[in-house]
Amino acid sequence: MGQLASALVTMILGVLACAAYFYGSNALLDWLFPGKNRPAEQIARNLRIANRIRPWLFVGPAVLVLTFYLFYPVIDSFILSFHGRTGEEFVGLANYQWLFGSDEFYESFRNNMLWLIVVPTAATFFGLVIASMTDRIWWGNIAKSLIFMPMAISFIGASVIWKFIYDYRSGDDPQIGLLNALVVFFGGEPQAWITIPFWNNFFLMVILVWIQTGFAMVILSAALRGIPDETIEAAVLDGANGVQIFFKIMVPQIWGTIAVVWTTITILVLKVFDIVLAMTNGQWGTQVLANQMFDWMFRGGGDFGRGAVIAIVIMVLVVPIMVWNIKRANAEMEGR
Amino acid sequence: MVTSKKGSALTLVMHASVLFLVILWTIPTAGLFISSIRDKDQLSVSGWWTALATSEQRLVERALDPTHQQFEDGRWVIKGNLLPESDGEIVRFGVSSLEPEAYAVGELVDRKDKQIQVFANGDYTISSDQEMSGRRGDRIFFTAEIPPRFTLDNYREVLSSEGLGQSFINSLTVTIPATIIPILIAAFAAYALAWMKFPGRALLIAGVVGLLVVPLQMSLIPLLKTYNLVGEFFGVGSKTYVGIWLAHTGFGLPLAVYLLRNYIAGLPGEIIESARVDGASDFDIFRKIILPLSFPALASFAIFQFLWVWNDLLVAMVFLGNNEEHLVLTGRLRELLGSRGGNWEILTASAFITIIVPLCVFFGLQRYLVRGLLAGSVK
Amino acid sequence: MADLKLTNVKKVYANQVEVMRDINLDIKKGEFIVFVGPSGCGKSTLLRMISGLEEISGGTLEIDGQVVNDIPPSLRGIAMVFQSYALYPHMTVYDNMAFSLQIAKVEKGEIDKQVRRAAEMLQLTPYLDRLPKALSGGQRQRVAIGRAIVRRPKVFLFDEPLSNLDAALRVATRMEIANLKESMPDSTMIYVTHDQVEAMTLADRIVLLSAGNIEQVGSPLELYERPQNVFVAKFIGSPAMNILPCTILAPGAQTRIALANGHQVSVPIDVPAADQGKAGFFGVRPEHLLLAQAEDEVLLEGEVSFVESLGEATLLYVQVPGVEDMVIAKQTGTLAIHKGEHVRLCAQPEKLHLFNEQEHAYRQ
Repeated sequence: MGQLASALVTMILGVLACAAYFYGSNALLDWLFPGKNRPAEQIARNLRIANRIRPWLFVGPAVLVLTFYLFYPVIDSFILSFHGRTGEEFVGLANYQWLFGSDEFYESFRNNMLWLIVVPTAATFFGLVIASMTDRIWWGNIAKSLIFMPMAISFIGASVIWKFIYDYRSGDDPQIGLLNALVVFFGGEPQAWITIPFWNNFFLMVILVWIQTGFAMVILSAALRGIPDETIEAAVLDGANGVQIFFKIMVPQIWGTIAVVWTTITILVLKVFDIVLAMTNGQWGTQVLANQMFDWMFRGGGDFGRGAVIAIVIMVLVVPIMVWNIKRANAEMEGR
Repeated sequence: MVTSKKGSALTLVMHASVLFLVILWTIPTAGLFISSIRDKDQLSVSGWWTALATSEQRLVERALDPTHQQFEDGRWVIKGNLLPESDGEIVRFGVSSLEPEAYAVGELVDRKDKQIQVFANGDYTISSDQEMSGRRGDRIFFTAEIPPRFTLDNYREVLSSEGLGQSFINSLTVTIPATIIPILIAAFAAYALAWMKFPGRALLIAGVVGLLVVPLQMSLIPLLKTYNLVGEFFGVGSKTYVGIWLAHTGFGLPLAVYLLRNYIAGLPGEIIESARVDGASDFDIFRKIILPLSFPALASFAIFQFLWVWNDLLVAMVFLGNNEEHLVLTGRLRELLGSRGGNWEILTASAFITIIVPLCVFFGLQRYLVRGLLAGSVK
Repeated sequence: MADLKLTNVKKVYANQVEVMRDINLDIKKGEFIVFVGPSGCGKSTLLRMISGLEEISGGTLEIDGQVVNDIPPSLRGIAMVFQSYALYPHMTVYDNMAFSLQIAKVEKGEIDKQVRRAAEMLQLTPYLDRLPKALSGGQRQRVAIGRAIVRRPKVFLFDEPLSNLDAALRVATRMEIANLKESMPDSTMIYVTHDQVEAMTLADRIVLLSAGNIEQVGSPLELYERPQNVFVAKFIGSPAMNILPCTILAPGAQTRIALANGHQVSVPIDVPAADQGKAGFFGVRPEHLLLAQAEDEVLLEGEVSFVESLGEATLLYVQVPGVEDMVIAKQTGTLAIHKGEHVRLCAQPEKLHLFNEQEHAYRQ
């Protein structure tokens, strides 16, 4: 409790400091360049100066934090990828050579690609299907709420939940994992699912699909509701049936939203780490880039160079989406 | 919308399939919750879906040892109960492991020079003409119908002895400031980016959109390096709460600025101009007009950031470390997963404790969360 | 309370597009001025430049003899009523009206006095504790005006304040604004609208703008009776004035012109002798075209191709042979004239207009 109290105090101090900065810097600016009770020309000049400075007071802290926590690290990671394990001696392309020569990398890369294909596709597909169905039934909102719920659960919590489902007991002991219990019920042999090479990847992906479907559903459901009713009514008058209306009238109109959902999940997948760490820690052929990177950061005291090189690979995979996003945002701003 | 006569069959199929999907999506969490409140002995021998059924269990208990014998009506007697704290019912019993179900309840059984009797409610008597000896009591085998038993013992255990209580406080300590600080910083920046004119504005906005997708992994090593240096310089170590608050602030800021800028830019311009004509400075406008009107967006982001920080494992592991007194809930759960991998009563209860707060936030403030999601991605 | 003077005022956007060109305008203290013009003519931009919300690219703006180009809006002594009212949605009516005084750190008792005075004037006293969303459109409009009144500005600026109201309310509020002006004879008011009825009914003087230029400044009747050019002639009045191309045959105090179909008309407008033989434009308002009784007064004749009966008036669309555009004649009451009939129209000579080749009026 003492800790919580001190945390509260620190928090209040931090917030107050933040507020004091904004309040104080603005007051200082107004004091240095007063905009009242002065001759007109002086007011005009003061205001011009103040208006040039003030935006930077507002964006300043954000720019500083973003630079220090995101922008500078991107550059530093790039530089570190040419350095050795402590990040001090220059080793040229050695880390890259090591990376492209290691089997573990190819395994991670292959698995990441699998994740990239399966998870966004499955989550978007389920999201779209559920969104289109729940919009037409009276208890749709309750259903959506329940399917959306896993969004709130941490990856590690979800891992525990699913590890329990995949639980395996050898011999004739009763299976307490739901999946094996079902297999036994239908007369099959129970399996230690997460240790079966290759297929275990899919058992891990199920967890992320379970979490992300709700996200896809919420956004696609809003997009579906945004479709003008007239276009659907026109299609009905033109004699289209339900399936045709869905695929030929509705889906094309929300194509942009589907792309957004897809890329958002894709980015999340590239960063997926907790699930693999908790379920297998990369054993049995389930390694992925993010977990491999974490591993190298701390393995044997940590190898910064090799960790950085894996981070660079993840970054390179993200860049196309980043460019697309910026283009889209720019187009949007010009449209304003 | 589209209604037709053949629609009713289709509607039925739709209801059924949505129901199926909902069950599919909720069952994992339900299983976790039910398991976490089951008795740990039952949990390890039967699936959680049997939790409500009476289970027939073959058990063995040792009767009280001879020090408990009393002299009654000319005989030495030991009395006790095989099913304390349970309203189960014994159906058969035995006195040797070879024949654990040899006798019906109530039957008087001779065993060596003792008579043993077991009743349905678990009471037993062992009597003899002579004073009984020996250090240990007799083993009694019995088959009992045990009704479902729910308990909060698992929670009591993990909160006290597994350190989850401490971790819960750590998680709160990390999460609350890491949610509030970025909101303040981002709101000011968002206002400037939406309504103030200055050179470089478009570039900054593009920068924020770009940073939105930069993977966290890029930042870890450089920041860890810098933190080590800074920690050394101040002699405080690299793993501090302030450090992780700022880290979460940095990582949450692109989304915060992006989300809030979109919202604030969408506020009616005439209101802001009107305030300007009324003599309000940019700071007044921000404080008296923008902040109150942006409440929904601020709430949306706050929920996002809260969930993200509470559920985060990576940042906490890198910037707060794994030592006992700093471990947050997610880190603790991961540690338990390693050390207590088979103890499902501990894992399920711990997991439920880690997800209960986000679940409450989720169900309580879902409206804002959805709104934020939509503002953040649909355009 | 204030004179307003615009000298060579210009507005150029960053992309070099010039939206206002050399605006010169003198506004006397206590005048009700209406800026009117088609959408995109720059009337709102001009108003926003006066308010200080839009920068002035060139020229000077003086209020009470002081150049205020670089003075922020709040120090110019102006108040503005916005098209969307721009009420602060999270503040009560009282706080909305008190906001500017609170910012100016006026003492509490004084704020209360001002707010209550304005509320009394606008019959808003019972609503002071409500939020804007609990008010009707007309009430919101009044709050917006009240917010302007409490500041006791020298100049009131109205940016299309009635465009969000329905037709009935618009008439009522228009009258309220007229009353408001009457009760504050010293306040200068500048009012922007695209609706010529508002302009005609409210203005002391109308400033008619088009494409960044002032076309004409004058009282409503001046603009109606003596439009300086074809644009003004067509903009003021509904339906618009009929403009027919013509040739000037014999200039003089009584000028003789020939219409496109060769028909000759005599117009009592003085035209300089130099313009003989030049092209020009002949104009006559629909409401001035009457059915001719006698042969010798016929001005135009043709076949009725369309009849619109409005009840109080009947519009005849007449196809005059040799004239490209349809000529419209507005007759009072209902008429038993049908499509296809041949009609002869006449007009009083003093109601006729004549414009030169550059579309400027001959009569000044």
